[in-house]
Amino acid sequence: MSLLQGIGFLIGGFVVAAVIGMFAHWFDRKITARVQWRVGPPFFQPLYDFVKLLAKEVVVPEGGSRFLFLAAPLFGLASVTVVSALMLRTVIFPGETFVGDLIVVIYLLTIPSQAVILGAFASANPLASLGGSREMKLILSYELPFLLVILVPVIKAGATIKMGSIIEYQATSGAAIGSLSGVIAFVIGLLCMQAKLAKVPFDAPEAETEIMAGAYIEYSGAALGLFKLTQWMMMFAVPFFLMMLFIGAVNWQQSWLNVVFAVLIYIGILLFITLVRNTNPRLRIDQIMKFFWAKMTPLAILAVILAFLGL
Amino acid sequence: MSLKIKALTKSIWVFHMAASPCNNCDIEILDLLTPRFDIERFGIQLVGSIRHADAVLVTGSINRKVRKRLKRVLAQAAQPCFVIALGNCSCSMEMFGTSYNDNKPLDEITDVHAYIAGCPPKPEAMIQGVVALIQAQLAALKK
Repeated sequence: MSLLQGIGFLIGGFVVAAVIGMFAHWFDRKITARVQWRVGPPFFQPLYDFVKLLAKEVVVPEGGSRFLFLAAPLFGLASVTVVSALMLRTVIFPGETFVGDLIVVIYLLTIPSQAVILGAFASANPLASLGGSREMKLILSYELPFLLVILVPVIKAGATIKMGSIIEYQATSGAAIGSLSGVIAFVIGLLCMQAKLAKVPFDAPEAETEIMAGAYIEYSGAALGLFKLTQWMMMFAVPFFLMMLFIGAVNWQQSWLNVVFAVLIYIGILLFITLVRNTNPRLRIDQIMKFFWAKMTPLAILAVILAFLGL
Repeated sequence: MSLKIKALTKSIWVFHMAASPCNNCDIEILDLLTPRFDIERFGIQLVGSIRHADAVLVTGSINRKVRKRLKRVLAQAAQPCFVIALGNCSCSMEMFGTSYNDNKPLDEITDVHAYIAGCPPKPEAMIQGVVALIQAQLAALKK
């Protein structure tokens, strides 16, 4: 792949993730409003919010680390952009990916959360530190079941850590979700995704009514805008990653109808996130840890064993 | 430039500063978020941090103790940020003007961009106040 092509994929990945992410954010707010019997924001609301934030003043708190405070949002945005570009390329050319790109994507998907932690600790605010430490515990909680869940499609596709071959395997011999282990793993994956996106009931790091905006409390202007954009893009990247592993993402080579199916599945996942978020209270951090380690991890191990047995 | 201003008027994030109010105005502010009024239609949101705010709603009679805290909070806001005096207390001290705790109206402490009178003001009056603020700012920019 030439350098020019790579840059093209990066820009394409950024644009696709940003546009779909903004749509996802609007969808989330609109459905929330409808659940609460309200009208909700207009369609271009995320765009207005983002442009407004870009134009506002950036205040750097006294006593904080200036460089880290301003660099943290960029780390998050850069990694989610690379993830989107990699996934886009894998979907368009499944045969051309490199071995181990699955592991690269898993690593890059945790960097936005780590950027939140860095930014929170760099802002010299007690509530932000609290949010940062909660985010850290949240990562520790969901990462173990999430990795186990990813093992299931890997085993099904014949122990490959190449995303392209996982997709190609599913195109020829059925989606990973079509089996018992696949169903269990996908459901656990959805719950881990809820935690990865820091949505209620796993929104302890933000906890608007408790520690204000938590990790984001000192952020303003463009820095806050970049953090928000990263959050929105994650609402594209993480569901799409799960779709790729369990449903084989978009099988556009076979028929154009599959693209419509993929869009419908994506909207269904968004609806699931939003409805879970609207019907559950926030869990304490110890409850989150118990939920993921005591309940989800054994289930995920069961799914892995079932996948080994070929179920 | 015009896109920037349009975005600002379409997405106003409001920080609610309760400067020793009697809680009556605050209850009416929360009414704005309920299904009957639902100001999220206009992109208006309540935020928890002053750093995120585009407008600050100040309620209550501003006495000597709350005054320096109010100044500290307003100084932390990211510009441009507008100050709205909500309720008779912060507009004109209401009946607390002669009180022992040295009250002052909000506009003697900081620049005020909009006044919304009432004890408490109706939610419709608050929406009208915000609309008037937006129109005044747009008119000032056109000149």
